[in-house]
Amino acid sequence: MSRPIRISRRQAVRGLLATTAFGVATKLGGCSPSPEGEASSAGGGEGEVVVGFIYVGPKDDFGYNQAHAEGAQAMAAVPGIKIIEEANVPETSAVLETMRSMIEIDGATVIFPTSFGYFDPYMLEMAAEFPEVQFFHAGGLYQEGVHPDNVGSYFGYIDEAQYVGGVIAGRMSETGQLGFVAAIPIPQVLRNINSFTLGAQSVNPAATTQVVFTGGWAEPVKEAEATNSMADQGIDVIACHVDSPKVVMETAEKRGLYTVGYHANQAPLAPEGYLTGAEWDWESIYTSLGQQFVEGKTLMAGGIEHVLRGGLAENFCKVSPYGPAVTEEAQAEGDAAKEALITGVLVIYEGELSDNKGGAILAADEKYEQQNIELEKMDWLIEGVKGSTGS
Amino acid sequence: MTSPLPQASTDIRRSAWRRSLEVIVLPVAALLVALLIFGGFCALAGANPIGVYGSIYKAAFGSWSAWQNTLIRASPLMLTALCTLLPARLGLVIIGNEGALVMGGLGAIFVGLGLGGASSSLDLPAVVVQLAMAIAGMTAGGLWIVLAGALRHYRGVNETISSLLLNYIAIAFLKHLVEGPLRDADFVTKPSSAELDPTLWLGTLPGTRIHFGLLYGLIICVIAYVLIQRTTFGFATRVTGSNIRAAKIAGLPVGKLTLAICFLGGSAAGLAGMIEVAAVQKRLNESLISNYGYAGILVAFVSRQNPLATILVAILLGGILASGGILQRSHNLPDATVLVFQGIVFLCVLFSDSLYGKIPQLQETTK
Repeated sequence: MSRPIRISRRQAVRGLLATTAFGVATKLGGCSPSPEGEASSAGGGEGEVVVGFIYVGPKDDFGYNQAHAEGAQAMAAVPGIKIIEEANVPETSAVLETMRSMIEIDGATVIFPTSFGYFDPYMLEMAAEFPEVQFFHAGGLYQEGVHPDNVGSYFGYIDEAQYVGGVIAGRMSETGQLGFVAAIPIPQVLRNINSFTLGAQSVNPAATTQVVFTGGWAEPVKEAEATNSMADQGIDVIACHVDSPKVVMETAEKRGLYTVGYHANQAPLAPEGYLTGAEWDWESIYTSLGQQFVEGKTLMAGGIEHVLRGGLAENFCKVSPYGPAVTEEAQAEGDAAKEALITGVLVIYEGELSDNKGGAILAADEKYEQQNIELEKMDWLIEGVKGSTGS
Repeated sequence: MTSPLPQASTDIRRSAWRRSLEVIVLPVAALLVALLIFGGFCALAGANPIGVYGSIYKAAFGSWSAWQNTLIRASPLMLTALCTLLPARLGLVIIGNEGALVMGGLGAIFVGLGLGGASSSLDLPAVVVQLAMAIAGMTAGGLWIVLAGALRHYRGVNETISSLLLNYIAIAFLKHLVEGPLRDADFVTKPSSAELDPTLWLGTLPGTRIHFGLLYGLIICVIAYVLIQRTTFGFATRVTGSNIRAAKIAGLPVGKLTLAICFLGGSAAGLAGMIEVAAVQKRLNESLISNYGYAGILVAFVSRQNPLATILVAILLGGILASGGILQRSHNLPDATVLVFQGIVFLCVLFSDSLYGKIPQLQETTK
């Protein structure tokens, strides 16, 4: 047995002291050059605007986050813009730290925290702390005088694209029974369900939409169950509003159903049955914002509007290219509806309308234009929708 | 040295010294091995490993701001880890941390909304209400885990499974409350309860952006260490954990110990929930469910059921999480990279666990 080397306590203490001293010395010595190094890496190139994008999920979720990430790539193509991205950031103090290090380490002067839940309290806290940095939020309700000057909000009336999807679905359905897999009954979701159904009823007045609420934005198991049970009931077209429509699209494709996508283009997931879909078009809005950043416009100086809203006409959303199954007749009807929405001839919520419990929503001569605030408070499902908001 | 006594005492001291050396050397070596493996992964993913190491260091420990980022992420983990760690000393494997945290948040918000704010007629000082919130959170979390402990002791139900299932019940209960009875209709960002009165918010430590949760985490971990290592209660717990039959024969109140240790563990996680609600979210909503509980299980196992080691492991994990962003932003690595890193580190540390007492250079040699 060889005797292992013994280290006395005194030797060890001496060694530890020496290493610590060495560490401290190099630390102090290294201190002076490091700020310069950081300064040069921060801010990117000279005059470059650094824009930070934060996503709550993965960038390739075939859904909400992917739509924003594609838009961010489009903004990156604007000369003078450098984007930095962070995905899978939870809505906790983690997103505060992400925003802070984007600003402090990467020198970002514009931040896009894209998830709905980032707005209050996180983004508002950061906006108050960094008044020289601009914060843009998708869908957040900007209140003038209440929120800081460097906060902006943008969102699209994507239910217009859902309406067009409804027209195609109503025409392509053989049974007249449509299905809608929805996350939770909040106004945005209800508005999509109603607009989709109204679109379908515009070509087939007898069309009905069965709604299933899964209770969460990402519930893949329940989404698959809902899709399967709809298939069993004889429903032949399925639309959805969940964070990632991937599961719904793939399940429906396996069951041989038609699908209408949401958030991004899901045609690759359902090459046969994908009819069309309601997609965000963040690329155009992000590109135009990017150009304004480079020109030096800011929210604070009033160069950029605090609230940006729009629909198909303003390129806030778009309709997916029609799938191979869509007939020419249906395409023509879809295109006509799209055109009518863009020109403003068609108003989706026009009387006479009643909800699915028999209550009156709009009288014959009334209508809700897209900007009407009543639509952002929606808590009803129109006649022809099977389901209840109380689930 | 003529007398044998001093010789023996030096030997004991020496062997104790070697044992503590082992406790330091093995985890550090495990960490280095993990860094090497992770470097290989980064190289495969097309990033320069040296640059990645530099960025991790810079983002996690490179500056005071980075340290704060790390500590903010570490503080809830110290508390949630205790929910697994304390019962583990009694031989129970409890993984209901997430549920206890949620129940703690619920208890705190009920008390906070009930006693505090403009609507309250009681007009209690904020400190009293905060204390009541903390007690409510700890009680709620504690009782939640007591359920699993009682099922184990009285009915022989596997405590791992029951505590895991209790997580789902707690989460469903939280969702039901914030989408139904507790929902604040004016808050549109997501279904949430009403906001706590600003006077009840837990502030930050002076001169930092770290909230008081860190301080509580440190204090509670030290208390837990003293409790386990230096008290009769802790001794009884450890004895029961080593051999439950012997403990019963010795007349230890195993049932009471089980319930007590479960309560203490659950109340630590419950306090984490209270802190998260009062310091970060300011209202109750689904964001409370952000895996602090599950991460706590990992921290408890890696710290080998030692509450002081928990502090270090939580800071290490906090640092890893803090560096996740920069890996994406500066090296274009996918967002899951940080999870790969975390997984490699913890696997290496857990593997090093099997090497205790097996490396001759680190063993006592005088026999």
